[in-house]
Amino acid sequence: MQDRVFDVYDSLEKQQIMLAFKGDLSPELIAAILNLVEHKMVGHESDPRMRKRVFNVVMECLQNLFHHNRHVPHGGGHDREACEERQGVVMIACGNNGYSVLTGNSMARTEVDDLKDRLDRLNQYGPEQLRELYQSTLGNGKFTASGGGGLGLIDIARKSGGKLEYGFVPLDGSNTFFSLNVNLTS
Amino acid sequence: MTDLLLDGTPKTPTVNFNSATGLLDLRGRSIPENSIDFYKPLIDWIDEYGRAAKALTQLRVQLEYFNTSSSKCILDLLKKLEQVRNAGHQVEVLWHYELDDEDMMEAGEDYQAIVSLPFRMVQVEEVDGK
Repeated sequence: MQDRVFDVYDSLEKQQIMLAFKGDLSPELIAAILNLVEHKMVGHESDPRMRKRVFNVVMECLQNLFHHNRHVPHGGGHDREACEERQGVVMIACGNNGYSVLTGNSMARTEVDDLKDRLDRLNQYGPEQLRELYQSTLGNGKFTASGGGGLGLIDIARKSGGKLEYGFVPLDGSNTFFSLNVNLTS
Repeated sequence: MTDLLLDGTPKTPTVNFNSATGLLDLRGRSIPENSIDFYKPLIDWIDEYGRAAKALTQLRVQLEYFNTSSSKCILDLLKKLEQVRNAGHQVEVLWHYELDDEDMMEAGEDYQAIVSLPFRMVQVEEVDGK
């Protein structure tokens, strides 16, 4: 017999998800999620540096979702409420080798190529090159609407120390679902 | 001029900018979604303070976390202090980081590489985030 709740629960368990959230993100909710992450990590991880890194990456990822998620009308558009929501998804997985911060959000299809280029470039850089890029981006005097001037992904790549895994799934003619998997290994 | 005092919140730091002593304290967390709104009064305050700066101005940074939205604003704040220094006043930055927090130490070094202000890196057991 099928049980929807159990299926979702079982899938989260198998993927070693310690926290999952899907829905509308507000500044208050981001604060609440970060608070939860911080408390969970204290019990989970003895290395304070790793705790801080996970917190930092979750923080940047949530703020990326908050600033960049795009509204996508659901189905036939009969559900007005759903259309207004900034739906994103965030999960934190804890495996034997460390942590993964997984996020997903919808974005404009026209912006996919730029983002993919940026991610590919970051994945080619080593720690020192990422640091140089961070410093030059920080110092260039440019601000973006969210204030970070494009530093977010560079910071995430620096904190991760690994390659950024990503995927793009077309949703409709103008929207694409972007998924990002940030691995943090000790 | 009046001092700038702001209580810390879960997302914004405690601010204590004292015009009489020249000690500018920034501690706690700086992780708001929109940092520009938060930092503008701080930068404006330094602008005004710079017209009658003390012989020695110290910016004491004791941050546990800051996001990339804050990092540009913190740079702007440091650049304002650079102007105070260029006007002939002594300015130094006391950058605090916790014992194991190599990332926060590197963040201080990143700023040091960009602005021409003397930095003192101060290692502490635990940053005073209160």
